[in-house]
Amino acid sequence: MKKVIMGNHAVSYGVRASEAKVISAYPITPQTHVVELLSEMCANGEIDAKFIKVESEHSAMAACVGAAAAGSRTFTATSSQGLLLMHEMLHWAVGARLPIVLANINRAVGPPWSIWTDQNDSLSQRDVGWLQIYCESNQETQDTIPQAFKVAEELQMPVMIVMDAFFLSHTFEIVDILEAQEVRKFLPPYHPDIKIDINDPHSFGNLASPEHYMELRYMIQEAMEKAVGLIKKVDGEFQKQFGRGYGLIHPYRCADAEIILVTSGTVASTARAVIDEMRDEGVKIGALKVRVFRPFPFEEIFEVLSRAKKVAVIDRNISFGGHGIFFQEIKSALYGRTDVPILGYIAGLGGRDITPGVIRQIAEQAITDKNPHRYINWIGVKT
Amino acid sequence: MIASEILADAFFNEGKYVQAFPAFGVERRGAPVVAFTRVSDEEVRERCQIYEPDHLIVLDAVLIDTVNITEGLKKGGWIVINTNRPVENGELMGNYHIATVDANQIALRHNLGSRAAPIVNTAIIGAFSGATKLVSLDAVKQAIDGFVPLKKEENMQAAEDAFNAVKIIS
Repeated sequence: MKKVIMGNHAVSYGVRASEAKVISAYPITPQTHVVELLSEMCANGEIDAKFIKVESEHSAMAACVGAAAAGSRTFTATSSQGLLLMHEMLHWAVGARLPIVLANINRAVGPPWSIWTDQNDSLSQRDVGWLQIYCESNQETQDTIPQAFKVAEELQMPVMIVMDAFFLSHTFEIVDILEAQEVRKFLPPYHPDIKIDINDPHSFGNLASPEHYMELRYMIQEAMEKAVGLIKKVDGEFQKQFGRGYGLIHPYRCADAEIILVTSGTVASTARAVIDEMRDEGVKIGALKVRVFRPFPFEEIFEVLSRAKKVAVIDRNISFGGHGIFFQEIKSALYGRTDVPILGYIAGLGGRDITPGVIRQIAEQAITDKNPHRYINWIGVKT
Repeated sequence: MIASEILADAFFNEGKYVQAFPAFGVERRGAPVVAFTRVSDEEVRERCQIYEPDHLIVLDAVLIDTVNITEGLKKGGWIVINTNRPVENGELMGNYHIATVDANQIALRHNLGSRAAPIVNTAIIGAFSGATKLVSLDAVKQAIDGFVPLKKEENMQAAEDAFNAVKIIS
């Protein structure tokens, strides 16, 4: 059934349809409506899950780690400072190979205090080993939750679903709501081979000597590499059943494009409207949305971008002292294989609006820029 | 904010693509708040605030004197205002279609909110429907039925009363 709902609730409905068994969360700012609705669903029996309210996000992830280790399908949601407080336990979830799904609402990190969107909270967790999927619509966000559980449980790896604060989280739009009895065919109940069981005691998370530690790290990387194909396969299965698929990346009018804008999150959606306008004016331009950031789909991205004459990456984030973070990854995907110039643009930090006008400004600047090495262009900064 | 959601839902009931969102900020009761609704025959792709609206709904007439309400508003659009006084602003009347409704009084008649803070969301959307005819009263009532958790009947009746009572000024 189609309903007009906000992005936060799209996440809640995705979790309901996935029949998570344990939800643990810190309920105060920077928390969002995601777990508010889930707690109501737990209370009124709409979802048969245990809701564990905790005193911090660190404890929320710790509770998820325990629940997942005991064999439960486990979910949490957070944002900005909350995600940062989880950092230690994010590592734990990866090392312990626990298929936890987390929804992170991209909010800028303080100080100065902010509740508005940018990607530095999730991107600063880049190297912990969580899969990261960036969504652009409420529908995609809801649909990505059962996809994430399926991928997570097959790989024994945790997955983070990421959405822009306000531009998705507080925006109401039409969502075709998933129902559990339908999703069950796609995502059967979770029964892991190994779990904490008092009748069959084992030790978990023990000391690993230099003789063993590296192999376990190798296996995590192996799982990540396997994830590229698996995400695609699972997305295909979802599309077959529900008629909606999203891919690792989403190229738009890129086939004959001379210049391609690389985007993520809600900017990808706005960019497509700009691409159509500029195409009507005769500009050979396309847009590439990067949906899956970890594992980074290097080959798929190379395939699309290597045909262009110029690439412009829009980053709603920055690695201070480096560049835009998507920019760095894109550059590494193309390095040594093509000499297409890649320009980097920093825009929309702390929730500053990225309008069609801003995207057009970036596109026009990129088209006329003769310097192929301008890696950082700040857009709209008042000086 | 609730009004923008009900309006979006009403258009959705008529088969349109919709999007509704608040001007993103920290919400406080009583402070001026802006919320937006986008309506289209095609999927809405723009995900940013609206700077040049086609139409405007003013929930509190005090704002006419304290905020530049027509900033960015496209000429020839509708302005639907909650007020019990006549609008005598020549500039507004010359450039826009103006409609007024005493939504406070309608809300209070149906026990929606208090005298100090009447809840006018449903009445004002009924008035928007009545003045502009862009969305039907049935679609608005259906949206209220789905969206409003309490006093559904009262809210639907408030929308209908405002639909009938709205005065077209220019």
